[in-house]
Amino acid sequence: MNKTLKGWKDIPIAGVCWKPATQYLTGDWKTFKPIHDAEKCTKCLLCPMICPDSAIKWNQTNEEIEFDYDFCKGCGICANECPADAIKMVREGGE
Amino acid sequence: MAVAQQKTLAMNGDEAVALAVKQSDVDVVAAYPITPQTIIVERLSEYVANGEVETEFVCTESEHSALTACLAASATGARTFTASASAGLALMHEILYVTSGCRAPVVMAIANRALSAPINIHCDHSDSMVERDSCWIQIYAENSQETYDSMIQSFRIAEHLQVLLPVMVCLDAFVLSHTLENVQILADETVRKFVGVRQFPLVMGHEGKEVPFKLDPNNPITMGPLDLHDYYFEHKRQQEEAMKIAPRIIKEIHEEFSRISGRKYGNGLIEAYRLEDADIATVCVGSTAGTTKTVVDHLRTKGTKAGLLRLRTFRPLPLTEIMGALENVKALAIMDRSNSFGGSGGPIYHEIRHSMYDAPTHPHIVNYIYGLGGRDMPPTTILNIYKDLQEILQTKKVKRDVQFAGVRQ
Amino acid sequence: MTTTSWKPTAKEIVEKAELFTSGHRACAGCGPAIALRQVMKATRGPTIVTNATGCMEVVSTIYPYTAWKVPWIHTAFENVAANASGIEAALKAMKRKGRLAHENIDVIAFAGDGGTFDIGIQALSGAVERGHDFLYVLYDNEAYMNTGIQRSGSTPHGASTTTSPAGRVIPGKLQYKKPIADIMVAHEIPYVATASIAYWQDLLVKARRGLETEGPAFMHIFTPCPRGWRYDTSKTIEIARLGVETCIFPLWETIDGEYNLSPQSKIFALKPERKKKISGYLKMQRRFKHLFRPKFKHVIDEIQHRVDERWNRLLKRCNMTQSD
Ligand SMILES: Cc1ncc(C[n+]2csc(CCOP(=O)(O)OP(=O)(O)O)c2C)c(N)n1
Ligand code: SF4
Ligand code: SF4
Ligand code: SF4
Ligand SMILES: [Mg+2]
Repeated sequence: MNKTLKGWKDIPIAGVCWKPATQYLTGDWKTFKPIHDAEKCTKCLLCPMICPDSAIKWNQTNEEIEFDYDFCKGCGICANECPADAIKMVREGGE
Repeated sequence: MAVAQQKTLAMNGDEAVALAVKQSDVDVVAAYPITPQTIIVERLSEYVANGEVETEFVCTESEHSALTACLAASATGARTFTASASAGLALMHEILYVTSGCRAPVVMAIANRALSAPINIHCDHSDSMVERDSCWIQIYAENSQETYDSMIQSFRIAEHLQVLLPVMVCLDAFVLSHTLENVQILADETVRKFVGVRQFPLVMGHEGKEVPFKLDPNNPITMGPLDLHDYYFEHKRQQEEAMKIAPRIIKEIHEEFSRISGRKYGNGLIEAYRLEDADIATVCVGSTAGTTKTVVDHLRTKGTKAGLLRLRTFRPLPLTEIMGALENVKALAIMDRSNSFGGSGGPIYHEIRHSMYDAPTHPHIVNYIYGLGGRDMPPTTILNIYKDLQEILQTKKVKRDVQFAGVRQ
Repeated sequence: MTTTSWKPTAKEIVEKAELFTSGHRACAGCGPAIALRQVMKATRGPTIVTNATGCMEVVSTIYPYTAWKVPWIHTAFENVAANASGIEAALKAMKRKGRLAHENIDVIAFAGDGGTFDIGIQALSGAVERGHDFLYVLYDNEAYMNTGIQRSGSTPHGASTTTSPAGRVIPGKLQYKKPIADIMVAHEIPYVATASIAYWQDLLVKARRGLETEGPAFMHIFTPCPRGWRYDTSKTIEIARLGVETCIFPLWETIDGEYNLSPQSKIFALKPERKKKISGYLKMQRRFKHLFRPKFKHVIDEIQHRVDERWNRLLKRCNMTQSD
């Protein structure tokens, strides 16, 4: 038996979840990775709106677009849609 | 505590259920009509129409949605009730398991009715017996008074923090659901005080703190996730544990209720009738017990040591109690008002015969399938069963272990 | 029904907390996941969410993890509208009895096309007929994806799925897509809308309208699925946009039964020459690949014909006619 899994007395009833999905990293799914070109970026804020994985964040402090590679699955939607051509998909470990 | 003031009203079993719901501070009723349960739904609709209750009544488009709505309302924190029978209960089948799996303390009245085909509206227990593995507590009432009393107790049992399981209160179609009987009624305040306001246990949620077990925007929890081979089994084990604790809670609540009502049904789990010195006995659930008691009395006047064991709860099955009560019986007939086709008799028979395997002495045990589709069970038929038992007692031989009582050849 | 004056700016929305978070396990490029994110960005206060069985339920709550920051419940596949009914009824009763800490709690039900067009339509029809106050969001990926791409009442004509496979003699699904949003309009509910993840602002405004509606509101969101439609994961938004540009999935809403074409579709009514041919849309998706074989080429014309027919019917409902 897997020692790291809890027994029936130690988990909440009825299948109530006890971990946020943000503790489950999906970043290692990707084969391509978006690279953001801050120079070209017009900060139109389209990409954070259409990322399926909320992996593009708007940093309110420095007013910059930031990519969260812990969750980005490398789908390439952001790169495909960016009107300013400011996102490039590169093979993981390739750059 | 002194026995509370009560008044006596003539009503049928369905009306007794509706009245109990009215008095129990129920938040949501979601239901769909089906004979012979319809009167319950109709009476509750009237209470709502007349402003006699604060209950939200949801008249759904199917039983599947009725139970779903109760389950979801219960998860949101409401006290909920529904009622069904036969085809309606069968349509709920999927959601019965979801309800217990979500640990939603829904209370449901079942007016036990035969399953199609051919279609039949009369009493047998096929509809609820087939759901015995769904992790619902099942209480079978003998009369309308017990139906009323059991309904009130059920909200407390279901919502008990160590139980949190749904409860079915089963009453026989027509014999109870539609037959007028004098029922002693507690005052509204007495019932309200007895049932109290629903409480919630704390569970560890996904934000790293213990939160009340309900859908509450202040403390969000996730219910009903995808639960695979790594944890599903543990959740099922938890449900079994709740069923293991339930007998004690059912007894306690039954006892507490008896202090205000002055009424008792055995110990709340089983009712042993003239069993202490009985050589021969029958076991049954539901209204047949009433007729059987008169047969037992009759036999006793003739010097026959006859007795009866009535199971009030079939789930949880009070095994220890049953074994204790049947300890000295030498010939036993188990009465099933449902059949397990192609198996070896009815469900009550299976379970009691199986549990006798470990008993130090084994009585002779036979099974009678009776009353399917509302077939009458008159005292003469019951008397014949006791006669068969007497013969078994003398010859020490069982000719046929499973028989159909009351079917024409 | 009153219509919202809310016009969210991109900044406002990106700064708003994610209620449907990262760490869910939808495939890369999942259209439905984008829809859920966008709808949750349109919430206006305390909200309870219920989900039908399907991809979004499965990927967002793999025990013990949950991607939800709001109270959330799943019970079964065909009954999400009944879940919403029960939640709403409970909130009403508890509020009446003074046992609710909130003045208002919105209820959202999410379901896929299988859970809506097919197995869930009875519960949905019943719930809206009863008039429960909730927003039903259909995320339409045009097949049963969670169970491996089987056809549904939403799967379009000609699409190959595992239960409507394109074979030597049969060109994929033979039937046409059920007009589900019109069916919901026929229920005479106060608000019905179609939306596309390619037009986030329109989608958010419609979701907010649905939430503000007193009584049942229904949203049909077009959500391409790279796995089931078999296209490159980067094309999800592009295909969603093409759905609107070809008028196979026009954007409109009904407020109290009045049809209104949304601006993103209106442009094709005003400038029909901009309306794109369906073949380009089909070409991008390998579920339609067989249609480009000579034997099945006529199916493309049939699809185009049906798209035009439905589009013209919609224009009439919106009191517009295509000027050609
Ligand atoms: C009563 C019932 N029948 C069948 C299933 C199996 N099942 C689960 S999800 C699903 C398909 C879901 O399709 P859809 O609603 O389109 O959602 P998607 O997975 O595409 O997001 C099916 C058939 C089920 N869970 N319950
Ligand atoms: S879409 Fe392109 S231009 Fe717009 S914010 Fe993203 S990276 Fe910048
Ligand atoms: S590649 Fe896909 S997952 Fe990664 S940031 Fe871009 S849109 Fe999001
Ligand atoms: S199969 Fe389609 S809908 Fe399902 S998670 Fe994958 S991309 Fe999303
Ligand atoms: Mg689908």
